[in-house]
Amino acid sequence: MSNIPTELKYTTTHEWLKDEGNGLYRVGITEHAQSLLGDMVFIDLPECQRRYGENEECATAESVKAASDIYSPLSGEVVEVNTRLEDAPELINHSPYDEGWIFVIKASESLQFDDFLSPQEYQTLIAD
Amino acid sequence: MTTSLSRLENRDEFIHRHIGPSEQQISEMLAVLGLTTLEQLIAKIVPADLLLENDIQVGEATQQHLALAELKKIAEGNQYYKSFIGMGYYDTLMPDVIRRNLLENPGWYTAYTPYQPEVSQGRLEALLNFQQVTMDLTGLPVASASLLDEATAAAEAMAMAWRVSPNKNARRFFISRDIHPQVLDVIKTRAETLGCDIVVGDIDPDAVDMTFFGALLPVTGSSGELYALDAVIDAFKKHRIVTCVCADPMALVLLKSPGEMGADIVFGSAQRFGVPMGYGGPHAAFFACREEHKRAMPGRIIGLSRDAAGRPALRMAMQTREQHIRREKANSNICTSQVLLAVIAGMYAVYHGPKGLMRIASRIHRLTDILAMGLRQAGFSILNRHWFDTLTIKVANKADILRRAQDYRINVRSDIPDCVGISLDETTTREDILTIWSVLVGQKHGFDVEALDDQVMQAPATLDETLRRVEPILVHPVFHRYRSETEMMRYLRRLEQKDLALNQAMIPLGSCTMKLNAAAEMIPITWPEFSRLHPFCPIEQAQGYQQLLEQLSRWLLAISGYDAICMQPNSGAQGEYAGLLTIRRYQHSLQQQQRHICLIPASAHGTNPASAHMAGMTVVVVDCDEHGNIDIADLEDKAAQAAESLSCIMVTYPSTHGVYEDGIRRVCQIVHQYGGQVYLDGANLNAQVGISSPGYIGADVSHFNLHKTFSIPHGGGGPGMGPIGVKAHLADFVPGHCVVHAQGRITHQGAVSAAPFGSASILPISWMYIRMMGTQGLKKATQVAILNANYIARKLNDIFPVLYHGAEGYVAHECILDIRPLKARCGISEMDVAKRLIDYGFHAPTMSFPVAGTLMVEPTESESKEELDRFISAMRAIYAEAQCVAGGDWPENDNPLLNAPHIQEELTEKWTHPYSREQAVFPGKNKTGVKYWPAVKRLDDVYGDRHLFCGCLPVEPSL
Repeated sequence: MSNIPTELKYTTTHEWLKDEGNGLYRVGITEHAQSLLGDMVFIDLPECQRRYGENEECATAESVKAASDIYSPLSGEVVEVNTRLEDAPELINHSPYDEGWIFVIKASESLQFDDFLSPQEYQTLIAD
Repeated sequence: MTTSLSRLENRDEFIHRHIGPSEQQISEMLAVLGLTTLEQLIAKIVPADLLLENDIQVGEATQQHLALAELKKIAEGNQYYKSFIGMGYYDTLMPDVIRRNLLENPGWYTAYTPYQPEVSQGRLEALLNFQQVTMDLTGLPVASASLLDEATAAAEAMAMAWRVSPNKNARRFFISRDIHPQVLDVIKTRAETLGCDIVVGDIDPDAVDMTFFGALLPVTGSSGELYALDAVIDAFKKHRIVTCVCADPMALVLLKSPGEMGADIVFGSAQRFGVPMGYGGPHAAFFACREEHKRAMPGRIIGLSRDAAGRPALRMAMQTREQHIRREKANSNICTSQVLLAVIAGMYAVYHGPKGLMRIASRIHRLTDILAMGLRQAGFSILNRHWFDTLTIKVANKADILRRAQDYRINVRSDIPDCVGISLDETTTREDILTIWSVLVGQKHGFDVEALDDQVMQAPATLDETLRRVEPILVHPVFHRYRSETEMMRYLRRLEQKDLALNQAMIPLGSCTMKLNAAAEMIPITWPEFSRLHPFCPIEQAQGYQQLLEQLSRWLLAISGYDAICMQPNSGAQGEYAGLLTIRRYQHSLQQQQRHICLIPASAHGTNPASAHMAGMTVVVVDCDEHGNIDIADLEDKAAQAAESLSCIMVTYPSTHGVYEDGIRRVCQIVHQYGGQVYLDGANLNAQVGISSPGYIGADVSHFNLHKTFSIPHGGGGPGMGPIGVKAHLADFVPGHCVVHAQGRITHQGAVSAAPFGSASILPISWMYIRMMGTQGLKKATQVAILNANYIARKLNDIFPVLYHGAEGYVAHECILDIRPLKARCGISEMDVAKRLIDYGFHAPTMSFPVAGTLMVEPTESESKEELDRFISAMRAIYAEAQCVAGGDWPENDNPLLNAPHIQEELTEKWTHPYSREQAVFPGKNKTGVKYWPAVKRLDDVYGDRHLFCGCLPVEPSL
């Protein structure tokens, strides 16, 4: 059974979001996603201070055998990226919800956090 | 006497040499399938409406020696004129130790692309040498293991610049006027679908601004001029331009490296490092870049990693850049590259070492200086200010000079107005210099080479200080150890021994068609009549090649059911790109510019979506149904949705799932109904030859993998050839060439490869194959390939379920064995089975393509029943071992499958495993008395990709 923290929200493309307040959201990929991809070898991080549209490709997670695009769950400006992943992409495998976060994005408009998948809904999605 | 003379003459001898199973064995295998004849088998498998009514007409089979004699006569139609044309192709001396032990050695040329690194350490090390040579000469830290040719490398460089450029809205690419015309031709073709504009101009710091994303500059210009690019690159950098630099590798031995001048990407042709011109190819292009751009590189990169025991081991690195993983998002569609030629070029550097290369390059340069001094004294104006080996000479009486050149049987470059170009090379002699003076100055030129040499030595050096190399090259031990032929011979042998090629065992790689590459087919490629021609020599001198092309084209048309052939694409993926461009140009000619959607079934090879993307198309994936067939309803929906935007479908037949789908004609109809074209991928053409054909099925264009279906060896990952066949309405739109014109054979369209007829010098292999097999042999090869696959499927289905089959329960020429049920039961994966096969002396089948968790087996017609039975026994034994894991006899984390492959060192190491040492290294009943030992244990892929290192180790891992 995959670990799906209850305080987070999820997308159908396996990103998680954490509300950091002030319109800031921290984003990463779920434990389920990292387990499908396998050992990470490289994370292509988003550009800091760049604006991304909702569902726009903004990063790539690469394992030896697969490369998976990461989509911005909302439109806004990336204000921080996890540069530790440059040298330690395996953080995504070991700690997908904590040390393996990927970027923080500032939403360009106020956002209904509830529009994203709840932990239960995400659980149902990956069970299918 | 009951046997006729014609029987005794045994004209179809080669058919029985090429096809593995004897008549007796064919009967036995048919009996296993409950059948009595091959015709019966085909009738059960191939949909009746696809079966050809008449035999294809390619003539009767011929014995090997007679085919060779016939081809020799054709080859003699080529006339050898010494070439001073240059333009990217130079005569060279392949060291004989390399010719005999590498080029002519099946241990090297029959190997496959090193997807299974444990059985490929030899050629991986050889490729690492090539990468190190590239890094040293270019002055850049990351190099790849070859691209198809210099012109495609240029197009790849431009596309890479586009990907990495920080000038996101810039759409212009600057190209120096002084690059080879065929390189510009191929770049222009690529630019059209990339969506950028080419600006050709003089090298000038003010040539670009921020509306440019990249630039292509030469260090060694097409005219022979040398350029110190430091200042220009510096100026370009201010506009954040990605600078691509092309360079001649022999010149780089003496010249300052482009990397030191500030270049971001450097490429060129490694041909003159020991690989004959061969009327255009095959040759390896080299390619290097800066560290920060390594993930944007096209093509294969060999990297250092470690094996399960922590020892250094090599593998293909960062494969997520490539088409087989990233599909339409891949950096390039390149799959097969030019491994054998890259290996030869690398070995040329190993054998000569830095001092040898320096001597060779310096001699070429000295002869050029001597030639130039004579010409200047005779009053000629040389346009170059600097040169390495090429002079552009202004001449008043060009027609006379060209005529005299013909009288002296030499070729010079003639396409520059009022000038002739002369390029010297490793084979140029003093006598040649005298001949050139005779041609240009007149017979009574009165020059003496020795005297002029003295004058050159006393004159100031013609290589400017600003241009001269200061950094050393080839400092690694491998470039210093193998000076004697004995040592070199043993080094080649040592590397060969690490690899598993067809000369040791079946290579049952599904979708790869590892059939016999017969000796008689290989012999002609080293005939000087074929190997010494320059691709741009006057076509009258290449009549032998023209005859060969004409006959081979005629046969391929008969086999494929098409109306016209374009021989230019020099790999299968290149053929896909060429075929899609042909469709695009045709549709544009009908004012249907809006057609951009390319439908591709989910099961397609990764090259398909990657090629479609390169051809400027949008990929829409069509689903497969539960039987692995194209979901016709989904196809109809997607075609209807695309409607006026539908360009084409790319479909492989028989499917990549190894099945003759019933619905293929319907697929063609649907696509045609919406105004689209059908691209039938020729990857599996070997299962159609003689019994069906793409043209007959209803397709409009296909490429033919001559390196699969028509016996060209894989060379460890190239060379390949991917000519395309088209229906008549597309014939005017296939790639052409800007330098070579041949009435009726070359169109006026843009080129996709550097040479007009691709890798022409390996076409004799396919010619020989078809000539020796004849109509009956080709058909029988197809039938037996299908029989062999079905025999394996039938014998293994009870333990490894065959995933997909046709309506009657048969597969086509390959079968997918499902390992997932086993994995669910005991944790043994397709990877474990694949690696354990190595201990049994086999190369693994194709792993996890086209379905994850499976192995795809393609035995081909060349494997005998004994070899098939040996493989079947090995697979059954491995299954029994897995049962021991399932039953708890061996733990899931310590068993012979998980720990496979086992290496020689384990014979003497402390033994701690729960299974015996004998079980580990001598499983099965190997009666040959010869054991294949992999050089390393299972590779650690993750380590290699996290720590990319793509050059030679300071101390070699092999010693």
